[in-house]
Amino acid sequence: MSTSFVATNRPGFDASATADATARRRLAAWIALAIVVGLACGLATGSTGFAPRDFWADLNGNDAALLLGQIRAPRTLGAALVGALLGLSGAVAQGVFRNPLADPYLLGSAAGAGLGVVLVLAAAALGGATVSPATAAWIERVGLVSAAFVGALAGVSLTLTLASGAVHTLRLLLAGVVIGVLLGAVSDLITVVSPDALRGKQAFMLGSTSFLGWDALALMLAGLTLLVVLAQRHARALDALTLGEDSATSLGLNLGKVRLALVLMLSLGTALAVSQAGLVAFVGLVAPHLVRRRAPGTHAWLLVASAGMGAAILLWADVISRALIAPEELPVGVVTAVLGGSYLVWLLKQRTSA
Amino acid sequence: MNPTLQALGVNVRLGRRDVLHAVSLGIGAGWTALVGPNGAGKSTLLRALAGLQPLAAGQVFLNPGAAAQPLDMHRTAPAERARVLAWLAQQGEVTGELTVRETVELGRIARLGLLGAPVAADRKAVDRAMTLTESLPWQHRRLHELSGGERQRVLLARVLATEAPMLLLDEPTTHLDAPHQVALARLFRRLTHDRSAPCAVLSVLHDLPIALRADRLLVLDAGTLQADGPPTDPAVQAALVRVFGGAIHIESDAQGRPRVALALDAA
Repeated sequence: MSTSFVATNRPGFDASATADATARRRLAAWIALAIVVGLACGLATGSTGFAPRDFWADLNGNDAALLLGQIRAPRTLGAALVGALLGLSGAVAQGVFRNPLADPYLLGSAAGAGLGVVLVLAAAALGGATVSPATAAWIERVGLVSAAFVGALAGVSLTLTLASGAVHTLRLLLAGVVIGVLLGAVSDLITVVSPDALRGKQAFMLGSTSFLGWDALALMLAGLTLLVVLAQRHARALDALTLGEDSATSLGLNLGKVRLALVLMLSLGTALAVSQAGLVAFVGLVAPHLVRRRAPGTHAWLLVASAGMGAAILLWADVISRALIAPEELPVGVVTAVLGGSYLVWLLKQRTSA
Repeated sequence: MNPTLQALGVNVRLGRRDVLHAVSLGIGAGWTALVGPNGAGKSTLLRALAGLQPLAAGQVFLNPGAAAQPLDMHRTAPAERARVLAWLAQQGEVTGELTVRETVELGRIARLGLLGAPVAADRKAVDRAMTLTESLPWQHRRLHELSGGERQRVLLARVLATEAPMLLLDEPTTHLDAPHQVALARLFRRLTHDRSAPCAVLSVLHDLPIALRADRLLVLDAGTLQADGPPTDPAVQAALVRVFGGAIHIESDAQGRPRVALALDAA
């Protein structure tokens, strides 16, 4: 804009562009490596803890198909898929709310899923007296997953209804808090009336990968594929939102519609993950953070990398939860909470000392 | 050929307060500066003209030029508006993780939508916008690594990259140092007097010395338009002194150009 402008269009400044691309490639390679190694460790971790030496024996043993094919493989792959769903949902949530502290459970999906689970458990406990125990067990098993899924989506729907759509961010966040508190109170009330539901609810709240089977994997893989494609189509909208909501609107985005689409995506991802593995804490919050810190970029990169990072984190957390006090297991949600919490504490220390 | 923007009896209510009262104006090609004291409603007027602020009454029409139909800014889909009008926010509430180039490229969303793949013409528009604002040399730096003034120039480049014929800029000179303020004034002149594709620029300005170089001055106070005309118009100058409560002096120099000074010595 000055009259003295001379052509500075020389290639000298491309160094930082390639540095960015290199950082992204390097992180992608690290994530891929972490996933591959994590999967291998997951297969080699059994009731004796992390035992790579026993793995060969397990593979050639009589129970190989059962042990590896039906138990370790699905839960290990499942942990990766749940982590990917949470990482992706977290990245979408942080983008759509323009807040690095946004979390996929923010909009009432956690409380909704919790309530769904409690309702089914209470119904099973109540019905256990009248129907056969086998039927009650079946209701509990199949019912829990669907109830958590429906509950999570119902929680978000209530939040969207209360906020009358996704036009106002603050209203949406407030509605999420209100619905979370209300649904949480209802579940507490039910657990008071039916104490049996409390144990099951607690197990669900802590998160676990131990119930994951092949059909659950297929469902989550289909969901993840769909969500990655949909989210990628909205990646530039999330980029535009970094300029502020009015600027994004002035660029031609119908913000109400775009935001609603994004909220539905993150809710679907969260509901899928929560219904299969319970409330696994912190993965959705931390995965996008780690990606942004190591290799920032546009959302086209951020969304996919966060999904990969989430998968890697939960894989490793799952291995740790199974290996640490084998043959007992820690709830994987406790491990992610400890890991995620420590990371955030470390991050805070870095920020304050810097 | 020239883009025109027409506001008819625009009223805006924020909460219980009427911020704009029956503002009617027309903006054509050229550089128009919107001035007035704090709280006069300048930013609100700009947002109302851009179709971003719902109106309590009135209408805003934009005629993009040629034989096109005028668009009602408040009933047109955002995507259609974005092709003809670009708006620069007052304070960049940018989160700042994108690079300069990635930020400027966002301006092309106005043309490409969310899914369009950029072609050579898009890259050219982005390069030109960065060249005009002198942000090309650090196009790969991240926004949060820039100073306030540098960032302001990047956000201006983002607006220019839309190639919209009507530019509404809310305090584009904020954080700019003196050389870049001067350069910006020259840029506005160049954009609005470009023979092949003249732009219309409406900018809210706090820097009166720059505002007095605009082709036309709109003086806004307490939500009503107080004066409208070239800066040399004595009535406009009088209105300016009045709305600023006598805190400024306006004098004419040897060439008859108005000069402004703060009335610091008056008791």
